[in-house]
Amino acid sequence: MPIRTGAQIIWECLVREGVDVVFGYPGGAILPTYDAMLDYPIHHVLVRHEQGAAHMADGYARASGKVGVAIATSGPGATNMTTGIATAMLDSSPIVCITGQVGTSVIGSDAFQEVDVTGVTLPITKHNYLVTHVEDLAQAIREAFHIARSDRPGPVLVDVPKDVQNAKCEFVYPDDEIPYPRRRVPAQVPAADLERAAEWIDQAERPVILVGHGVQISGAMDQVLEFAEKTQIPVALTLLGIGTFPAQHRLCLGMMGMHGEAYANRAVQGADLLVAFGMRFDDRVTGNLKTYAKHAKKIHVEIDPSEISKNVHVDLPILGDLKAVLEQLTPRVAAGRRDAWREQISEWRMESEARNILRREDIDELLAAHVIHDLWEATEGNALIVSDVGQHQMWEAQYYLHEKPRSLITSGGLGTMGFALPAAIGAKFAQPDADVWVVAGDGGFQMTQAELATLKQEGLKLNIAIINNGYLGMVRQWQEFFYGRRYAATPILSPDFVKLADAYDIPAMRVTRREDVIPAIQAAREKPGPVVIDFRVVQEDSVYPMVPAGADLHAMIRRPVPTQ
Amino acid sequence: MKHTLVALVEDKPGVLNRVASLFRRRAFNIESLTVGRTHEPAVSRMTILVDTEQTAPALVEANLSKLINVIDVKDVTHLPTVMRDLALVKVRADASALAELNQLANIFRANIVDVSPDSVIIEVTGDEAKIDGLLDVLRSRGIIEMVRTGQVAMARGAVNGHDVPAANSWATPRGNGNGHLAESVGSV
Ligand SMILES: Cc1ncc(C[n+]2csc(CCOP(=O)(O)OP(=O)(O)O)c2C)c(N)n1
Ligand SMILES: [Mg+2]
Repeated sequence: MPIRTGAQIIWECLVREGVDVVFGYPGGAILPTYDAMLDYPIHHVLVRHEQGAAHMADGYARASGKVGVAIATSGPGATNMTTGIATAMLDSSPIVCITGQVGTSVIGSDAFQEVDVTGVTLPITKHNYLVTHVEDLAQAIREAFHIARSDRPGPVLVDVPKDVQNAKCEFVYPDDEIPYPRRRVPAQVPAADLERAAEWIDQAERPVILVGHGVQISGAMDQVLEFAEKTQIPVALTLLGIGTFPAQHRLCLGMMGMHGEAYANRAVQGADLLVAFGMRFDDRVTGNLKTYAKHAKKIHVEIDPSEISKNVHVDLPILGDLKAVLEQLTPRVAAGRRDAWREQISEWRMESEARNILRREDIDELLAAHVIHDLWEATEGNALIVSDVGQHQMWEAQYYLHEKPRSLITSGGLGTMGFALPAAIGAKFAQPDADVWVVAGDGGFQMTQAELATLKQEGLKLNIAIINNGYLGMVRQWQEFFYGRRYAATPILSPDFVKLADAYDIPAMRVTRREDVIPAIQAAREKPGPVVIDFRVVQEDSVYPMVPAGADLHAMIRRPVPTQ
Repeated sequence: MKHTLVALVEDKPGVLNRVASLFRRRAFNIESLTVGRTHEPAVSRMTILVDTEQTAPALVEANLSKLINVIDVKDVTHLPTVMRDLALVKVRADASALAELNQLANIFRANIVDVSPDSVIIEVTGDEAKIDGLLDVLRSRGIIEMVRTGQVAMARGAVNGHDVPAANSWATPRGNGNGHLAESVGSV
């Protein structure tokens, strides 16, 4: 058996896990690992801030379905990663973070760059390890990958003291079965539950299907489509469910919740049955729990038992992998029509269409919604969009019609500004042929714009649309609606993004008029390298509809219609 | 009402921390938590009393089961179970009170385990009600200090509560938690 150092063992394990790219930043406590890296066929992407490394690993994971890997040094390197780790945790994204730690002999002594990283990351990882013996390292890394991707995925961190990286031992990649998770969701759903679910579904007159990120994680897109088409039940999406059900399908209601389509929210509130697939009744989706879908029975198909009846009482939980459950459930339900219900929703939908700003002749300024719509048109709906957090994120979700899974990557659960650019870099490594676009606000973009240098150094092609409204727009909107237009700390000065890009030797354009939007997008797509477009949009526009936090889901603030 | 959960966990550093962190993070209302060794060297055992007024025991069980170091969790509330708590109570007592205290201890099957010139330590083991009963009687005599271990639980009979079939797969939970997070979150 070969003798290897801990540092070599890390790379040996990564190679065996099929890793070909890692995102990281070196430092004293991780130096042995960086030294060993040069002898292994793994590409290392040097980030500009460790938060970026975690987001890149996350973007890579979401775009590929594989585990993303981020590396950082001890202390500040590791703490910088925490925002990215929490982002992955809240969105169930499988990443493995490897951090250097001070030597075992000085752990606990406040040594230089010592932080209790397993302590800090305990609540934001699915699991973490502090490996104090080199003999345990291979097993820890193998378990880390397994845990990250199994069941409900999530981030796992492995903290490796410097002396453990230097220590040697015999290297064997363990191949025994990993006992986690110890308690498994049974593959076979109890027949009685399936019968009952089928009965409820067949009897329902106003049912709605709710789909979330779990559809994508389970790979159950076809099964959900088949189920919906057979039963003719309309489908509402969570933010992370976007792309798992084709946006232009007759049954698709688009996004629900705080900034969901009014007709989707009305359908949920008026439903007599909700059939939830791989979603978790987040507060952004439900609004006031006391009045949420009051007349509906709830069936919840979910792999994570701790999500059952967490926020919303569920009448019939079905634990399991969605794909497997639907393969058992769909044959048992009757083909349905539900004409009256679908007609009712169509009526609501027409009422919404009348308010659609894309149709409003009276607006000739450049709106963010225009930019998104035109981006959709110019990319033929085929781009992989990575959006940041704020108003532009909601407009993207509303106006870019995603037909395919993994075509929208966004920070949903944590709402992490600064996510988009680094996550897009990771996504581009996962899908090198994809037409990747960052859609970011002027505020969030500035949080991680340093990764422009990473983009350039890696010679990647992706395009960046900055939706520049001069404000931390989403917060400004809350101030407008709920704080009497007192704009505390939301007007934001930005650098000249064209000049900024120029400093990184990245071509850039500024667009201020609607007619220039599509030509700019086309020009950007034709350039071989990255391009930044600074879209100067209307400053005080708001995202509609809006359900104020904690309000009833049907109590939406609608876009005012102009009086003739 | 209270529910009693028994968890077997790996005896590794930081496991108690993970469990405690989980309870705090999820705002679970826990009455008591005891940890101790088992007959298996690598396994510790926790007895957890959940206040069901505010916390759904099924959610506690589900969340505990997700922790990698948790081997198994079982809600033993509805099983015939032996529950024990141990208390040490130091009360004021001079030599003249000793005989009477001894009698009192006997009634509760408690023992006087230490005698000093003006105090004694009484040790009592039993279920919660019995210990509460003794404490009520002793309170009037002046308790100097007191410590309780918290309850430990074990199901009666030859079963090992954790070996019963299906202990390692999920039974369909019948949701009884309707939102311990009942307040909506108002942040951007
Ligand atoms: C790291 C972080 N800090 C603060 C917030 C709160 N927040 C949510 S949206 C938003 C404004 C975003 O502004 P911008 O990036 O310009 O996008 P816009 O809303 O204008 O489209 C803020 C500050 C957040 N989500 N993330
Ligand atoms: Mg902005």
